[in-house]
Amino acid sequence: MNGFIHLPILPVVLPLLAGIVLLALRNRSLSLQRGISMLATLALVPLAITLLQTASDGTQLVYALGNWVAPYGIVLVVDRLAAWMLLTTALLAVFALLYALRGSDTQGRHFHVLFQLQLFGLNGAFLTGDLFNLFVFFEILLLASYGLLLHGGGRNRVKAGLHYVVINLVGSTLFLFAVGTLYGVTGTLNMADLAVKLAQTPPENLPLVQSAGLLLFAVFALKAALLPLYLWLPAAYTHTSAPVAALFAIMTKVGAYSILRVASLMFGDAAGPVANLLDTWLAPLALATLVLGTLGVLASTSLRQQAAYLVVASIGTLLLSFGLGTVDSVAAGLYYLPHTTFAAAALFLLADAISRARGSLADHFESGPAMPGARVLGGLFFVVAMAITGLPPLAGFLGKFMLLKAAIASPLMIWVWSVVLATGLVGMIALARSGSLLFYRTHGTPEPDSQTAPTTAALTPVAGLLLLILGLTVWAGPVSSYATATAAQLLAPQQYIEAVLGRTAP
Amino acid sequence: MEALISLVIGVLTAGGVFLALRGTTFPVVLGLTLLSYAVNLFLFIMGRLAIGVPPVIRAAAEGYSDPLPQALVLTAIVISFGMTAFVIVLALKARSELGNDDVDGLHHDEDRHR
Repeated sequence: MNGFIHLPILPVVLPLLAGIVLLALRNRSLSLQRGISMLATLALVPLAITLLQTASDGTQLVYALGNWVAPYGIVLVVDRLAAWMLLTTALLAVFALLYALRGSDTQGRHFHVLFQLQLFGLNGAFLTGDLFNLFVFFEILLLASYGLLLHGGGRNRVKAGLHYVVINLVGSTLFLFAVGTLYGVTGTLNMADLAVKLAQTPPENLPLVQSAGLLLFAVFALKAALLPLYLWLPAAYTHTSAPVAALFAIMTKVGAYSILRVASLMFGDAAGPVANLLDTWLAPLALATLVLGTLGVLASTSLRQQAAYLVVASIGTLLLSFGLGTVDSVAAGLYYLPHTTFAAAALFLLADAISRARGSLADHFESGPAMPGARVLGGLFFVVAMAITGLPPLAGFLGKFMLLKAAIASPLMIWVWSVVLATGLVGMIALARSGSLLFYRTHGTPEPDSQTAPTTAALTPVAGLLLLILGLTVWAGPVSSYATATAAQLLAPQQYIEAVLGRTAP
Repeated sequence: MEALISLVIGVLTAGGVFLALRGTTFPVVLGLTLLSYAVNLFLFIMGRLAIGVPPVIRAAAEGYSDPLPQALVLTAIVISFGMTAFVIVLALKARSELGNDDVDGLHHDEDRHR
């Protein structure tokens, strides 16, 4: 077991080292850089699986950096949720990188460095057990994402990038205000210790703690693209390059993860005066996000934009399930999370292949000449659309079904059922319309110069992501029982607090 | 002292928010800078305002100044410095790509006719 002591830090250190090595080798051959980047990304998969296996029996691995014990030092904590997020990220990254290797990594400089640093930030944010450290990892992943978003340049990308950067910088400022207030009141930044201290908030400090908690919620809602803070997302995701947009499918989930972590640990049922602080806001806002995201899907003028709005809608579904706050609903959300991430990524990659096959019209919703390789593209589009709208028999349907079943006992049941079912239908209609426009209503003469048929290399990542979704569907039993165990672990934060602080909390 | 510091943070934040909402990139960058100054100051005083107390605990001392906010503020300064540098470069890039310094780049001829 001795070698496993340092296991929790590896998903953080490995991409960082790979990024540094890649930076040093920036003038070497492209294939060497690609090889190292791919190898480092692939290595994250077995690492995440090992951590998942360790965490699956309910163990919470606590890694104290520099052996400074909590709450004085910074800790990394691997519990079921963290391992789940790590595995989702690693699998997504492999396929996003695989797609990037067919050319988009040469459009600008340092793609692989930024990609690895992005993974460094993501993995760190999922693992850390310290609120300020979470801020630092957020900044790392954001800074890498600024670079990736702008990779390749171009007018639209710069314009969307400027908005994305500015709004996230304001968000970072708010994060610091919230962290500062919490530190000023409680004198700690360790999340487990904060949970203990917040539960004993004296009445005179209550308004301060509540405003800090809601400020944190606002920051995470900004990253998760929750209403009314989602307006930056569609432009940013529409204009960036396809593999980056695919990787960014996990970025909004970082916000969702942070909301879930903070809401369950620091503002959970056991938090005394600040119990369930965020819950009153989360479910209604998530419902509204789902509605507006779906309207955006209906009103989109290009396939990439439609995919971006589908990401917004999926965040609505995800946070709705977290907002209902029961074991069953959180489990539904956790089961739905990897599915929706993979499906959105597959749609972004496929949209890129489609726009290459359509030539000058790209992925705009205007009828144009027939595409080369339309059968394969159309077939894949059909499956991806089924997955992303949550039609049976794929995992999205199971996730939504679990959510609806969990909502029966909730006072919001009427709202959840009507909104989830109606938006599902509208999303399906919108995608059916796009599909028929892109593939059936073709006219005009083909432009053989600008239309390129999809290559196997381009479609392999899409097919791979679909296989993962199929895996989620076939092994729905074990996966959903893991999700249920994760939800149960999250909603009983006492165990987490004891694991981190190494003693029975008062 | 507390009132003065609170006032300074409040004015810096208000100025930062006002500038960040302007329509051209340069005031926005300045606004973000002011906001980061405000938050750095805010973090710093979260260790409480104290004069003439030792930085670490001694048995004889009455109190001590909290070193952690200083470490936090140092991290925050470094990050906000890097971010400011990045956003300035990006604003210059946007200026050259879009032909103007509007945050939406809207006054370009191409956009007007679209």
